[in-house]
Amino acid sequence: MQSDTLIQPADLNTMGHDAIAHDDDHGHHDINEMKVFGFWIYLMTDCILFASLFATFAVLVGNTAGGPTGKELFGLGFVLTETFLLLLSSITYGFVILAMNKLNMTQVMFWLFITALFGIGFVAMELWEFNHLIHQGYGPEHSGFLSAFFGLVGTHGLHVSFGLVWIFVMLIHLAKTGLTETNQMRLMCLSLFWHFLDVVWICVFSVVYLFGAAI
Amino acid sequence: MSGQTALAGASHGSVKSYIIGFILCVVLTLIPFCIVMFGEFSPLIKILTIVAAAIIQVYVQLYFFLHLDTSSEQRWNLVAFLFSLVVIIVVVGGSIWIMRALDYFMM
Repeated sequence: MQSDTLIQPADLNTMGHDAIAHDDDHGHHDINEMKVFGFWIYLMTDCILFASLFATFAVLVGNTAGGPTGKELFGLGFVLTETFLLLLSSITYGFVILAMNKLNMTQVMFWLFITALFGIGFVAMELWEFNHLIHQGYGPEHSGFLSAFFGLVGTHGLHVSFGLVWIFVMLIHLAKTGLTETNQMRLMCLSLFWHFLDVVWICVFSVVYLFGAAI
Repeated sequence: MSGQTALAGASHGSVKSYIIGFILCVVLTLIPFCIVMFGEFSPLIKILTIVAAAIIQVYVQLYFFLHLDTSSEQRWNLVAFLFSLVVIIVVVGGSIWIMRALDYFMM
């Protein structure tokens, strides 16, 4: 809560006060940087979660139980559109951070909203693809390959969905308390999370879809 | 000092660096896509292109979007990242190696 209080420059007229407030402020910087670093550590553990799912997929990719392979199932153009939606949302989130550095609240909220729209587009396309596969009878129970596929791509999609929830929570935070240091720290963590999901998607796109079509 | 100052670590990046990162990512996505969709190459060349483009793109995103570099304030982020990279290589490489060997010896 303390870090949410806004210290106005007008309150800091005397030198002594200024020095104390400055120390205090510096302390908040350190704490917030530690929080961002802590969040980075969480992301690294998430990397390992995804690594085990990728390993499972790589082991099971050939076990199609006589059913379709990735080459027969996936439309690459469709997946390329998903990739671009996520990439666009990544750069619009970059604009959120740039607007945050300029302390421009309106722009921060505008770009956050645009990021959310691209994210929703991505999740909607993925849900449509899952629904399409299941309706054809190729759900996760069909073969080891499809179990691993739904496990890996579904986990990524779940992360993006949680990221979307976080974006909307962030919009409420911003509307209520403005660009405080705490909210800036939260925006930095969300930035790491969102860009990290794009990095994971590059690996999904390459390993699941492009490899599937190349072999 | 106002409470609304930017975080010390947050001042990285500019419109230019994000745009450069974005364009590089678009190119690095389209190259393997076109090779797979329209190229008449052997599977080996296709796979090598996909792997190379993916590794470069992950690096581009880490550098331009996540601002991970070798500067001193990033040192511990980098150490944590390199450690998880080792774990990832062991987990993925090890699993594939063991399961392929198992397949081979069970034939």
